[in-house]
Amino acid sequence: MTQDKYPNIASISRRRALTLMAATGAAGLVIPGMLGRDKAFAAPPEKPTGQIVVAFSQEPTVFNPHLLHIEVDEGIHFAIFDPLFGVDQDGNFTPALAVEVPSVENGGISADGLNWKVKLRDGVKWHDGTPFTAEDVKFTLELLVDKDFRSWRRAGHDQVRDLTVVSPTEITWRMEAPYAPYASVLASTFIVPKHAFDGVADKNVAPFNNAPIGTGAFKWADRVAGDHIELAANADYFGDGPYVERVIVKYIPDLNVMFTQFKSGDVDVTGLQWITPDHYEEAKTLEGKEVSLVPGSTVESFTLNMERPQFKELAVRQALYYAIDKQSIIDALYYGINVPTESYVPQQSFYYNPDLPKHEFSLDKAKQLLDEAGWKPGADGIREKDGVRLSFTNSTTSGHHIREQAQQFIQQTFKDIGVEMTISNLPPAVMWGDYWMLSKFDTVVVGLDFLTGPDPDTSDYFASTSSSAKGGAGQNNWLYVSEEVDKLLKEGGSVFVPEERKKFYLKQQEVIRHDLPFLPLFQYVTVRGRKKGMTGFTPNVNNRIDTWNINTWYWAT
Amino acid sequence: MLRYLAGRLGQSCILLLLVSLIGYCVLLLAPGGPMSQFALTPGISKAELDRIAEQMGLNRPIIVQYADWLWHLLQGQWGTSFRDGRPVLTIIFEHLPATLLLMGTATAISISLGVWIGIRGAVRRYSLFDYAATVGAMIALSVPTFWFGLVAIYIFSLKLGWFPAGNMYTIGNGSPADYLWHLVLPAFVLAFVDVAIWSRYMRTATLDVINQDFVRTAHAKGLSRRRVLFKHVVGNALLPMITLAGMQLPVLLSGALVTETVFTWPGMGRLFLDSLGYSDYPVIMGLLMFSAVLVLIGSLLADLLSAFIDPRIRLA
Repeated sequence: MTQDKYPNIASISRRRALTLMAATGAAGLVIPGMLGRDKAFAAPPEKPTGQIVVAFSQEPTVFNPHLLHIEVDEGIHFAIFDPLFGVDQDGNFTPALAVEVPSVENGGISADGLNWKVKLRDGVKWHDGTPFTAEDVKFTLELLVDKDFRSWRRAGHDQVRDLTVVSPTEITWRMEAPYAPYASVLASTFIVPKHAFDGVADKNVAPFNNAPIGTGAFKWADRVAGDHIELAANADYFGDGPYVERVIVKYIPDLNVMFTQFKSGDVDVTGLQWITPDHYEEAKTLEGKEVSLVPGSTVESFTLNMERPQFKELAVRQALYYAIDKQSIIDALYYGINVPTESYVPQQSFYYNPDLPKHEFSLDKAKQLLDEAGWKPGADGIREKDGVRLSFTNSTTSGHHIREQAQQFIQQTFKDIGVEMTISNLPPAVMWGDYWMLSKFDTVVVGLDFLTGPDPDTSDYFASTSSSAKGGAGQNNWLYVSEEVDKLLKEGGSVFVPEERKKFYLKQQEVIRHDLPFLPLFQYVTVRGRKKGMTGFTPNVNNRIDTWNINTWYWAT
Repeated sequence: MLRYLAGRLGQSCILLLLVSLIGYCVLLLAPGGPMSQFALTPGISKAELDRIAEQMGLNRPIIVQYADWLWHLLQGQWGTSFRDGRPVLTIIFEHLPATLLLMGTATAISISLGVWIGIRGAVRRYSLFDYAATVGAMIALSVPTFWFGLVAIYIFSLKLGWFPAGNMYTIGNGSPADYLWHLVLPAFVLAFVDVAIWSRYMRTATLDVINQDFVRTAHAKGLSRRRVLFKHVVGNALLPMITLAGMQLPVLLSGALVTETVFTWPGMGRLFLDSLGYSDYPVIMGLLMFSAVLVLIGSLLADLLSAFIDPRIRLA
């Protein structure tokens, strides 16, 4: 973790710091370690200064934040647009275009969770000078559920009824049913200007989509397709910052090349896909760079198809879990940087349950469990029971070298307990198409982000109604069915106070850890680098991309 | 001559039609498709993706989609990208200059150097120079371009700091000198392999000519070595090179997949790779048609040029 996580350090005054140093009598040696020098001695500049080059390994191409898009596109959205309220690194909602975050406490949400009222900031202007009003919020929420629009998220928004503009600075609506995750959904819903779509027949191809107008800290300046996007400081920004004149979002498709350009100084911040773990040792020693390990929100798992006869019995799933040598996989293949986990919730989340039973690698226990459950080795050494052989395929994206090696590790230890695993990898387009979505696999190694921003609701992954293979809508591709989890999801989704909600989700993690529809392996940790002096960069598992707070980034001088 | 041209054009049209049909079918039959990249997006369901695919007309029979695409193409509409919604032609012409600059420079370097090395090697056959050129060419042909590119970056930009580690220009600068400075490494890396190819072809072609009777006759007439070489040998040896150069035209404009990636050069090669990755059908088809047309024009030009230079060839 970096010093940036603790902004209070910055509040130590220079005088106080000097006194402290004098007292210790080893001033020169103590400064850097104790104080995170740039934080202590540098405040943001008075006016925007300099430029930042952020590199991504994919090219942002979708600039209307509500069109179907991928993670990297949000790197631009965060700079140009604002949501009503955002979410910080600790999971707290922070007001943006809204004056305050609606809650039951302040009357923004009615006690039953059905009626919402949002007060908006006055005097905010769009980048083209048009005033921002409640009409824009109404337009945005309607656009997301527009039948003809290729919307990237309807879930949640489709519950909104009776959107009413009370005044230019106030909007209200009613929810069809209480839906607590909606606050998190709104925190990743950027407000777009209504006037940019006036007279546009097909909103999927509006001129706005390639020349976005927002309220954010940076304005759209230029795009050289296939190369970079240039954003310019918005001097009229209502919030904190911006502190740099320009942001260049550079597209570098190859991660080795990105690292090279980071070393050469062409790139200031390594963004999405970051520095590969094999470069971590080298990166740490680079002069003039700050390189840190940052936990991501992606959890790697060995996923089971619960409808397959091999996996119906809990003892089998437990035995398989015992037979996975997690730590060796992390150490040997991921340079020891990923952290083992028992939950699908990132460990930095407010809703993470740290008290789940710890995984243990033990072939003996695995064998014992299978023996007791009546799975006896057949003539070829593979266990079987009632005509079912403990043999299955395992798939992931072909060409993902590290995962392919992990599969071989797992294959080997499984073999030791009399389980046959055949590796059958597929190209990405096939793997994550119907094969994954319609649960045609036996087992899969996959990394998933289970949470929608900071919200703990995972109905999409665990509700019994969320399996596409069974005609549901969602990603419960392991075909997991648990009445208890269904109930917990339903109850948790209708409670609006985070402290009260928490218990439902801690319990849910416990149930899933017990049932093991997937065997949790580890939470990804990424290696992120930036040039020394680049200040304000703050890891945040609650948002999908590093530029979530780019308005506050600056160069320490 | 005109009849010949008309015939060639007729052939070309049929070829283009075939290329487009096969290309389209292969593309759409390939598993995945434009929606698969969104499969792991949190909060989206397969039903939702299916609905959007239907809106985009992606669930119609392939042949219907092809007919639709062809019909629009015949009216001059190349379609719009699935990624950013902009017209395909705009996108292609945006990436063209970058590729033209890089490939043009690399080709100029490789042809001039390659031809020179080839001639010299043939004239002084089995000399030290010839051996060195042969070995050099073998090495150049066996080294993978991406590796050579990375090594060049490591030495000349990270260690020596002479050239930038990629990109086409410094953002915010963009003066001719800046472009040139960025061009050196990728152009030479690309040319490296091509020099090898050109020099081998040229050496063989020159050797073919050098041993022919008319060259011996020219020497016997008492012409100077120089005159024999440049007037009789090189002129004839260059003829097959023209056809090769004609085939070079599409390569020139369709870009270098690997080098453009290693040097973050925003050209046609990268556009093609990216579009494939995202199953951006309209752009891929646009690029396919674009390079098919170039191949046809290139070979036509080469034939015409050969006929113009070589009096023995008559087009009818």
